[in-house]
Amino acid sequence: MVTTIAVSLIIFIGTQILPGDVAQIRLGQSATDENLAVLRARLGLDVPYYVQYWRWLTGFVQGDFGVSLASDVPITQLIAQRYENTVYVAVLTALIGVPVSLALGIFAAMFPGSLYDRILTMVSVSLVATPEFLTATFLVLLFVFALGVGNAVVVGSVADKNWLQLITHFALPITTLCFVIASQLIRMSRASVLNVMNSPYIEMAILKGVPRQRIIFRHALLNAIGPIVNVVALNLAYLVTGVIVVEIYFGYPGLATLIVQGVQTRDYVLVQGLGMIFCLIYVVLVMVADIAALASNPRLRHPK
Amino acid sequence: MTDQPSKKPSPKAPPVIHGKTDRHYAADGGDRQAFDELADVIPKHRFRFSVTGWVGLVVVVVWCLVAILGPLLAPYGENELPFPEAYAEFQAPQVGAWLGTDVADRDILSRLMYGAGRTIGISLAATMLAYLIGVVLGITAAVSSPKIDMVISRINDAFLSLPTIMLGLVVVAAVGSSIPILICTAGVIYATLVFRLARALAQDIIVMDFVEVAHLRGEGLWWIISREIWPNAAIPLLTDFGLRLIYVILFVSSLSFLGLGVQPPQADWGSMVRENLGALQYGKSIFSVLTPAIAIASLTVAINLIVDDISAHGGGRFTRKL
Repeated sequence: MVTTIAVSLIIFIGTQILPGDVAQIRLGQSATDENLAVLRARLGLDVPYYVQYWRWLTGFVQGDFGVSLASDVPITQLIAQRYENTVYVAVLTALIGVPVSLALGIFAAMFPGSLYDRILTMVSVSLVATPEFLTATFLVLLFVFALGVGNAVVVGSVADKNWLQLITHFALPITTLCFVIASQLIRMSRASVLNVMNSPYIEMAILKGVPRQRIIFRHALLNAIGPIVNVVALNLAYLVTGVIVVEIYFGYPGLATLIVQGVQTRDYVLVQGLGMIFCLIYVVLVMVADIAALASNPRLRHPK
Repeated sequence: MTDQPSKKPSPKAPPVIHGKTDRHYAADGGDRQAFDELADVIPKHRFRFSVTGWVGLVVVVVWCLVAILGPLLAPYGENELPFPEAYAEFQAPQVGAWLGTDVADRDILSRLMYGAGRTIGISLAATMLAYLIGVVLGITAAVSSPKIDMVISRINDAFLSLPTIMLGLVVVAAVGSSIPILICTAGVIYATLVFRLARALAQDIIVMDFVEVAHLRGEGLWWIISREIWPNAAIPLLTDFGLRLIYVILFVSSLSFLGLGVQPPQADWGSMVRENLGALQYGKSIFSVLTPAIAIASLTVAINLIVDDISAHGGGRFTRKL
């Protein structure tokens, strides 16, 4: 809660340090004083900053994000037109990317030091340091240029497509994002399972002669669930960045392209509203990560 | 440890009793040999780079040379056309333009070389700024009263709870984009992470016995910070510097890629990818998109290799813990 308010304050102050007067910028040089005063009153700029902040925050909570400065359309309407694409891609990435990379990471942790483990570690290490657009470029080269399937540009949106079109258009962006989260996820899930595998009670189980499978699935994995949920939530939070770059790269209309447009046209109301949404999602995910860590480990709940 | 005495006990060994006068010695900075006990604090083991470490080092050095000498080496000017008489977008690689030409028929190789300086320079400056702010505030927070510590840490937490790219977008929306602003934005954003690390390290060190001893000897605060905390925090911070640099490079390139960083017609690796995306969409020569993206990745992966090598030898203990 406190974080949320702090986040809103940062975004508000951040967008308000804009040098110059928004009304002045909008009306240009030829504006008369009366015109300026009228526009300021209409935009709610004639009251002190803290009142503006309060109005904006209460509006935001009630689902009223204000009116875009650049196009005079309510921001909720702009979002309604585009949120489908972004949500579709993000959800599918989570559904596909998370299980696959978890499985890969856990499998690597079962056989530490094996060839498979070393290759996977090397690949994920270099993926971490790779920008999203290089991954996307390679994928486009491989699929569109070499194999002749898929699209380098996504045209239109989710709503007006049948199944086949959906796959050909959105497969590449989703795969790119899967790679983005996989790089971190594999490393971190491997580390957390290995961490558990090194603990004394696993050694005890081995010494007792418990079969290997039972050790991994019953002793190790159950205890690693907490850290793994934590890792997953954190990685979904990283998706926020990836989504922006991927949307621009493949050029389809989504929330991220909207905010970038807002920044380019200096439409600060738009940036405020969307920035708040993205940051809230991020904060909630990080919070889920913290709660998962607490829930899984009673020792964290009762600090010494 | 004590069987390794420092090589030359300097003539200007500090008066350890009078806390006030150390300021002179503390201020001249970096002269490690002047202090007997420091030879023990940082054992001077020399580590060897592994094969991957060498590869990383070579790549980084080559890119740094290109960054510095790029404008001299580049065959054409930044916005010069290699073939002014035959204008065509996205020409394939050929004699005279080894990597082909880009969306406005400019030489890609030359633009890569000009862009190297900008991308690396901006990222390096931003990381150094982040370290300056983060380390100063972090150590301050660790050594000062709990109240001040709380205030600084809470403000820091608020910034940490935002996705970095969002903060960048908000700042660019407010004040526009130019290179100094880019450096400051990235520097301040990444200072939050450095702050957390520096504070945690300093807090770990400050409860150690040797700091206690220094206290009892009557050393001043500045002595403790510069001669007890700093040398012990330096190596973990250095390894983290490499990692942070990677993220800053990716951040700056992403902003440029979104069209919010370095502005055209100036070349920068991130913005080069963006400018030339059309090549992929129309199926033209793909070198214009591929080479800047590979340049970024080769640099970041190379830094990663070096960091891995260094942290395998020393300091990794701390960085991994955080």
